[in-house]
Amino acid sequence: MMTEISLNVLDIANNSIRAGAGLIEITVQIQRDRDALTIIITDDGCGMTPEQLKSVEDPFFTTRTTRRIGLGVPFFKMAALSTEGSFKIDSTPGSGTTITAVFGLTHIDRMPLGDMNSTIHTLITLNTHIDFLYTYSFDGNQFTLDTREFRQVLGDVPLNSPEVSAYIKEYLTENQNEADGGYHI
Amino acid sequence: MKSLEELKAIREKMQGQIGIRNESSDQTRVVVGMATCGIASGARPVLTALSDAVQTKGLANVSVTQTGCIGLCQYEPIVEIYEPGKDKVTYIKMTPEKAQEVVEQHLIRGHIIQKYTIAEVLG
Repeated sequence: MMTEISLNVLDIANNSIRAGAGLIEITVQIQRDRDALTIIITDDGCGMTPEQLKSVEDPFFTTRTTRRIGLGVPFFKMAALSTEGSFKIDSTPGSGTTITAVFGLTHIDRMPLGDMNSTIHTLITLNTHIDFLYTYSFDGNQFTLDTREFRQVLGDVPLNSPEVSAYIKEYLTENQNEADGGYHI
Repeated sequence: MKSLEELKAIREKMQGQIGIRNESSDQTRVVVGMATCGIASGARPVLTALSDAVQTKGLANVSVTQTGCIGLCQYEPIVEIYEPGKDKVTYIKMTPEKAQEVVEQHLIRGHIIQKYTIAEVLG
């Protein structure tokens, strides 16, 4: 069991990385008027067959070989459904996968969103061969971080160099603060 | 709104320094288990502590990376250290505080912290 939604996101994004994705899009959307916190993770990786898709929500299904149990997707699904939310996976072999989880924002059983910025920062700096498009939206105020834009500016300066890594951290913190005014999610 | 102008400034400052970083065989690899088991046990703050400490100490010959499930889920968070020409060292049940000690003692001074290693903990 994870203690923060942001840790589920980190875990699920690792599935996209293993699926050979070149671009991973992560969206966090908070809508207080709909009482909803929506997480969408989309990748352009290898996708899943209908058979795999059917079994991926089963804890006793995994593609890894060290152990015959995979709890990442079941954890995420359980976390969403326990808040009267919803959970959906769409996947096409060869073109990618999208996971959508909706949480009841004020539901008593919703775990905190947690440190999303740390999840995004970790993903970007440890997987510099992959592009990330992160969108954070709070009641319609939103910001994005697109590593493709960053790369254009940076040329051959790597995303995980200390200066750029620090910049990414500040970029995320400052822009999230501007979007949600420090609202505790 | 933080601007991309600042990023341009970073690029200008850093151009010319690229390529100095040595990726050759004397590189030490620090590997953190980041599968579901690792993340659920607290691997993300451990990884952040390691990366931050390696950066602030300017350890250019150390790279911090992640891996999947190591197969010892009950001992997560696990950190493995691969130094060229030496046996792998496996630290288990790590915390950000222990990770900082590992950077100070092991990576900088070369002293393995036996009490955190799998061999010592499992006796």
